[in-house]
Amino acid sequence: MTETTAGTSQAQPAMLRRFSRADLLFVAAILLLVVFASLASDAFLTQRNFVNVSRQLVTNGFLSLGMLMVIRTGGIDLSVGSVLAFAGLLATGLQEQMHFSAAIAVALAMGAAVGFVNGWLTARFNLQPFIVTLATMGSLRGLTYVYADTPRYPADEMFRALIGGAFVGPVPVAFIVFALAVPCVWFYLNHTVSGRAAFALGVNKEAVRLAGVNVNRHLIFAYVACGVFAAIAGVLLASRLGIAQPSVGIGYELDAIAAVVIGGGLLGGGGGTAMGVLGGVLALAVVDNVLNLFNVDSYYQQLLKGLIILVAVLARRKKA
Amino acid sequence: MSRLAVSHIAKSYDGNPAVRDISFEVAAGRVLALCGENGAGKSTLMKMLSGATKPDGGEIRLAGKPVAIAGPSDAMALGIRTVYQELSLLPHLSVAENMLLGRMPTRGFSFVVDWPQANRIASRVLADFGFPEIDPTALVGSLSVARQQIVEIAKALVAEPAILILDEPTAVLSAVEADKLFAKVRSLAATGATVLYISHRLEEIYAIADEIVVLKDGRSVLSGATAELDQDRLIQAMVGRPLSAIFPERRGNAGRMVLEVEKLSLHGHFEDVSFQARAGEIVGMFGLVGSGRTEIAKAIFGAMRADEGSVRLNEVSANFATPSQAVRGHVALLTEDRKGDGLALDVGVIDNAGLASFARYATNGIIDSAKRRQLVGEKIRELSIKLTDPAQPVRQLSGGNQQKVVLAKWLLVENIQLFIFDEPTRGVDIATKVEIYQMIRDLADSGVAVLMISSEMPEVLGMADRLLVVRDGRIVAELLPANFQPETVFAHAAGLEIGAQPGERLH
Repeated sequence: MTETTAGTSQAQPAMLRRFSRADLLFVAAILLLVVFASLASDAFLTQRNFVNVSRQLVTNGFLSLGMLMVIRTGGIDLSVGSVLAFAGLLATGLQEQMHFSAAIAVALAMGAAVGFVNGWLTARFNLQPFIVTLATMGSLRGLTYVYADTPRYPADEMFRALIGGAFVGPVPVAFIVFALAVPCVWFYLNHTVSGRAAFALGVNKEAVRLAGVNVNRHLIFAYVACGVFAAIAGVLLASRLGIAQPSVGIGYELDAIAAVVIGGGLLGGGGGTAMGVLGGVLALAVVDNVLNLFNVDSYYQQLLKGLIILVAVLARRKKA
Repeated sequence: MSRLAVSHIAKSYDGNPAVRDISFEVAAGRVLALCGENGAGKSTLMKMLSGATKPDGGEIRLAGKPVAIAGPSDAMALGIRTVYQELSLLPHLSVAENMLLGRMPTRGFSFVVDWPQANRIASRVLADFGFPEIDPTALVGSLSVARQQIVEIAKALVAEPAILILDEPTAVLSAVEADKLFAKVRSLAATGATVLYISHRLEEIYAIADEIVVLKDGRSVLSGATAELDQDRLIQAMVGRPLSAIFPERRGNAGRMVLEVEKLSLHGHFEDVSFQARAGEIVGMFGLVGSGRTEIAKAIFGAMRADEGSVRLNEVSANFATPSQAVRGHVALLTEDRKGDGLALDVGVIDNAGLASFARYATNGIIDSAKRRQLVGEKIRELSIKLTDPAQPVRQLSGGNQQKVVLAKWLLVENIQLFIFDEPTRGVDIATKVEIYQMIRDLADSGVAVLMISSEMPEVLGMADRLLVVRDGRIVAELLPANFQPETVFAHAAGLEIGAQPGERLH
């Protein structure tokens, strides 16, 4: 048997690793779409449209980064849409009682708590994360309606002015926050003990346990981070829209999973990069945007997104 | 004073005792071999020492002091490192990261990984071990199985263990690699480390161990210095029967042609392979790990597609595209990787054993449970598979009994005319080996053609009516029992200089 160290070796986890052919094809497809959209629509290549896209992708961006951390452990988190809705309501609703920054802190703490429950149940009792987070997804949505069955509006104007409605030059603040989160996640995945342990246990938990590693702690951390990221997404969304609705975020977990998978993440663990997820998020955002500009019916949008996921997975399929 | 002393240690799983009463002592700087059949309690003992499971009773003392090993990290803190038989490596991580799993060097903050330092440490340990050519940044999944085993051992060496436990470490290693391992074991012992060496291979035990403890049925039944225990006594203690009468008698009643392989090639794996097998004949196939033996078997069975050449079965073309075609064509393959693709470990014995023979007990897709239970039950009795309940998950059985379940699965398929065995006794105790040998011979005597692939030389020499030697994807020699000298066979397999001898055909 000959060793093929040269072809597949990964010298150091660099932020921009060598692109695979599937990556390049994918980038080419997106560029083609951009070129097509620019030629076919006057509205596409405008600053206004770019600002819009960059604000809109922040929601799925944060959900996807969190989802990536969990998927790398071989898990999944279906509760992110519910966390997003509840976090938005807390951050706006609590402004009657406290300063908006304190309300935001409560919302993020809630996200962390839900993530902890997800991770703890999964790790401590060896339950399937799909089932655990399916349960928290439902319960939390119910709790959200118990807390507020009608939309809430932020009492403090600064909540919008400083975050969702704020810009640095032409760039939305929310997008900047997201852009800063990407290298943080990349660093966590590749350069922290916890991130590496989480990646390792995604493929073989027993092997990591036998190496003397506290498996549960690292597993739980990934879910906590995912919950916090979902809460951040919820706060940013409520701040941008100026309204928090209890019904928001239903089905958002699917877009997040889609972005991770399109970016090369493997359900069941063992793959996925921060840059890949960024690519997946951008791709989905551009597709959504183009379809919207051309007034394509949303049913067709869903159909097309499903097909894109299938093509992405097929293109990355390892040859048996 | 002894470095490690185990006294009256015991462990049961769900009421089934795996270890009943094991006691031994070993001093610093000594190599102790633990031998015994599968199911004798070696793995369970090792798991208790490494903190993978906790003992129910008895005592473990290190340097005279009783210790409680509650988890893997406790064992590591005590300087105990274990190399498990099943590779516990993570294929998607680099060599260095696997070796340093759980103890990655950090810089600045305690949670920030120092990658350059990790690679330096890994490369130093690998070079000390005699494998400077292994790249610490390579992904483990890109290495050969033998190299992965080297990395697995190197992982235990990183921490300079006081007590090193090796479980069947040479199963997949070449002779050269095994020699490097033995040299390392000796140099560790010379610096005062204690090594527990678990192995089936008696030659190895005699080559490496200072002392031997024999385990049988969860008890330590014999112990002493290696020099004082001869092989016959050892085997008698392990198996409860003498060394003779391991291989059944050859009958030499080859009949009609069953399998004809003609110029079969799968580029990158094997080239231009031609041979035949007749009814009633056991054709042995010997080759080193990676020589292409397994791929040849898989190509015949339709699990891999050959690029060129043809296969004929009973004089009819039989170039199977899928395993299911092959089974319908009356071919069975017992794969070398029982746990990987031979069994669904968490599924019951009945379901596993019945997996290839639905046609016998299901009509229109509906299973006749009573009939299945009866058919599988017959085979369980016939093969004397030891179990508490036929619905019991296969994982709970010993290696030998697991292998028998795989055998039962194929024996339940009616009218098989070609049986391919790939490493039929890997990880199986001697007593079960004897039973499997007899069963393979009985199959041949019943008129089946058998292709038996093995990397254990005594086994192929003891069983085969004709032996094919494979090297670098080609059949390089075909030998008859009169020419079964181990040196000759090995020389062919390793590609050493050798002249043709009368009665053998060089290809």
